Amino acid sequence: MNMKVSFGGLEMKNPVMTASGTFGNGLEFAPYGDLEKLGGICAKGLSLKPREGNPMPRIAETPCGMLNAIGIQNPGVEYFLTNILPSLKSKDVAVVANLYACDAEEFGELGAILAAEDKIAALEVNVSCPNVKEGGAAFGQDPRQITKVTEAVKKRAGSKPVMVKLSPNVADIVSCARAAVDGGADILSLINTLIGMSVDIRSRRPRIANVVAGLSGPAIKPVALRCVHQVCRAVDVPVVGIGGIASAEDALEFILLGAHAVQVGTANFMRPDFAFSLAGDMEKLLEEIGAKSLEDYRGSLELPL
Amino acid sequence: MIRPASWGPELVWGRPFSICSADGKSLTLFIQKVGRGTSRIAELEKGDSVTVWGPLGNGFAVEPETPTLMLAGGIGIAPFRGYIEQHPTSENLKLFFAHRMPRACYSYDSMTATVRHQSMVEQNPDDLQAIIKEMGVLIEQYKDGLILCCGPTPFMRTARKFALEHGARLQVSLENHMGCGVGACLGCVCKNDKDKYVQVCTNGPVFWADKVEL
Ligand SMILES: Cc1cc2nc3c(=O)[nH]c(=O)nc-3n(C[C@H](O)[C@H](O)[C@H](O)COP(=O)(O)OP(=O)(O)OC[C@H]3O[C@@H](n4cnc5c(N)ncnc54)[C@H](O)[C@@H]3O)c2cc1C
Ligand SMILES: Cc1cc2nc3c(=O)[nH]c(=O)nc-3n(C[C@H](O)[C@H](O)[C@H](O)COP(=O)(O)O)c2cc1C
Ligand code: FES
Repeated sequence: MNMKVSFGGLEMKNPVMTASGTFGNGLEFAPYGDLEKLGGICAKGLSLKPREGNPMPRIAETPCGMLNAIGIQNPGVEYFLTNILPSLKSKDVAVVANLYACDAEEFGELGAILAAEDKIAALEVNVSCPNVKEGGAAFGQDPRQITKVTEAVKKRAGSKPVMVKLSPNVADIVSCARAAVDGGADILSLINTLIGMSVDIRSRRPRIANVVAGLSGPAIKPVALRCVHQVCRAVDVPVVGIGGIASAEDALEFILLGAHAVQVGTANFMRPDFAFSLAGDMEKLLEEIGAKSLEDYRGSLELPL
Repeated sequence: MIRPASWGPELVWGRPFSICSADGKSLTLFIQKVGRGTSRIAELEKGDSVTVWGPLGNGFAVEPETPTLMLAGGIGIAPFRGYIEQHPTSENLKLFFAHRMPRACYSYDSMTATVRHQSMVEQNPDDLQAIIKEMGVLIEQYKDGLILCCGPTPFMRTARKFALEHGARLQVSLENHMGCGVGACLGCVCKNDKDKYVQVCTNGPVFWADKVEL
């Protein structure tokens, strides 16, 4: 079965990508599989300047999930371009840069720097910064801000597709999706983590130094499916499904709703070789359930009348 | 890291363990039951499958000619089994073991055939004071040698305090919670002496005590 996908200006040999922040820059997982088996790698969130990230403890395990408050620790875009990207250059895999900034201007600047790199196949804009200069609300929760940030990146992205990664921590994900499309988004990816919390009754402390943190893993899949479902029906821009994917069946659920591709996050921690075999497993499963092709299967959900 | 296949999605991460010994065909681990994951590991039966990835990170320094003191607190004894087995000059090694559960729980006796050894049990606050005192004495004795420490964080902090006092070279093995084990998630970091976060899973778990915050 042909597993190639092409959507919103991004072409990949299969619909499996790894989610930003959960796969390092790919090289960390290279001992456990062939990176070229993946459709794409979304690199760890990058900012203009290096970021130290949040204090420890930063992660906690929860039933069917985990909380993280890493705080976009990263060495900065220049370091990434000189020291990390070159080792991915020879690999036949789409590398997507994940952008993180705290105002539209900075997002644009970062976008311009990354868009100039041949090896970068697309820009993924992470609009969940909690410390926005203007207004104080998180980007990801304010449709006007989403439009503004998307426009700022799109303007300077040249021919690179711009993928906007939406937060589920909103009352109306569809208006956020429309806002990104209004700003010129070529692709939407969803979802980022849900805001969660965990406490220890004995020490009487939160399990994460930051107190609240992002919930990911199998626990969030139903929320992710709902978001992808609503957005696929509301906008014409292609969607990438993210959230709790830990099997080929999980991945096909997102495709069935209309997603063109999926990203694997927390499942990379459950088995470091998981993402590498996912496309092959999806292909087998499609055959098993009698689908003609991936293309044909996509979005074929039958809804009650 | 190991993660039994039977865990399904309810336990997400693998769990990190020291390699006691490995010979290509088998892998030996000492595991203490402390919570959800280790309890489920204890229930595994012969024939059950587990996903294992590693070896990850570094190990303790081996300096064959240097008198070396191993300080093990509780299950912190685990990495020393392999260390002793692989050390070319075990006559230079001494193992000090502080524990709460009966000594037999730790396979201690299987490790002490070739090295000098001493163990102390902690059952009340006085025992703890005696252990701390003894650690001070031993660390001073080995101040020109090499000292390796693995155990609960307070145990390692005590060792570090004495090592700094006596100018001894000390390595500690950190026990941060791990998400991925391969350096990707940045969940296990600690601060180094340059006030920078470094991954314990790949840059450690063993660090020189003066180069890391405990
Ligand atoms: C490099 C390294 C080597 C280790 N080697 C061994 C070994 O050889 N043998 C052994 O028995 N244990 C070892 N540990 C500790 C072991 O990984 C933890 O005991 C285990 O992960 C706890 O899992 P759990 O699901 O049972 O605990 P959870 O249910 O997750 O937690 C229960 C309790 O254990 C504590 N805990 C959880 N994870 C850790 C951790 N990583 N370190 C310390 N406390 C923790 C929690 O704070 C909590 O109080 C090692 C840890 C590291 C980082
Ligand atoms: C440890 C960790 C770090 C993450 N870092 C980022 C990041 O830098 N940028 C980003 O857009 N998303 C980040 N995410 C969110 C994931 O990319 C993904 O959207 C989320 O984990 C949901 O997918 P999952 O359930 O498959 O993990 C991170 C998630 C985790 C668990
Ligand atoms: S456990 Fe993920 S970086 Fe160390």
